Amino acid sequence: MNHSEAQSEKRAAMPRAKQLPNGPAAAAILSAAAGCAFVGILSVVAGASKPIAKVLTFYLPTGSLSGVSSVAILLWLATWVILAKRWRIRTVAIGKVNAMAFLLLALGILLTFPPFAEFLHGN
Amino acid sequence: MEITLRALITMIHGMLFGAFFLMATYGLVVELSRSEYVELPQQLTVRGYSRERLYLVGMVALGWAAVLTGAYIIYPWYRAVPPAGVTDLALYPRYLLKSSATTSGWHDLGMEWKEHVAWIAPIIMTMVAYVFAKYRLSMQEHPQVRKAVLAFALTAFGAAGVAGFFGAMINKYAPVNGGPTIRLMGKSQ
Repeated sequence: MNHSEAQSEKRAAMPRAKQLPNGPAAAAILSAAAGCAFVGILSVVAGASKPIAKVLTFYLPTGSLSGVSSVAILLWLATWVILAKRWRIRTVAIGKVNAMAFLLLALGILLTFPPFAEFLHGN
Repeated sequence: MEITLRALITMIHGMLFGAFFLMATYGLVVELSRSEYVELPQQLTVRGYSRERLYLVGMVALGWAAVLTGAYIIYPWYRAVPPAGVTDLALYPRYLLKSSATTSGWHDLGMEWKEHVAWIAPIIMTMVAYVFAKYRLSMQEHPQVRKAVLAFALTAFGAAGVAGFFGAMINKYAPVNGGPTIRLMGKSQ
């Protein structure tokens, strides 16, 4: 068997494009957007409240950023697991999911922007 | 030629993890954009698939390495509080930046934004890598998924770019320094 025949055989062995439900992709997209929103929300909350910032200080040298990032990541992964389980074999209304995801993403980015966070803090 | 340990780790964080993550993200953005104009999904050989997976896993690992080294190794050096009576703030970058009205913006806007927005990039690119790998052969059947993933990847590229830009500028005006000196070549003075 020459090289090109071997390559063809390997290609033939790969899974063909099949109708995958969009649920797993929708779960990944929406949970990632929620993760970004969690980063923004927690950073604003930690900036606004010293007691919460103290609670979110998991590692003293890094300050509240350690808790903000860790909690946001945990919430993102938990959201992903839950949505992925629910939408594993489902085809969902991806337009609505995308719209919600972009809103959450925009919220996350906006809340991490210091002038906007300062505005929310009333400074 | 010497470098301090802190400067070396900061360089690894920014120029290795951060810069290569940006390049890898850009590569995936190009591939996702290109996929709109592909008539037939491209099948790869077994080795091709494994190399593509390696690229995706490497990209995601670089992103997480960048934010984790930044938050847990370099940021504590950056925000260290100078002991009372210390007037030379060279080892306390945050306080050095805030000591002058001409540089305080690099902290108040730059670092305050960078320290949070940077986390968005690896979160998004983990999702993008997952969707890209799972829907590689059926992306054309899911144009809205492809468009959303591309928009998210572009956002991650922007977020990583913001973090990289401010990281570079902050390190220019208040470099993270200190720790043991490492001699790279030549004789130490």
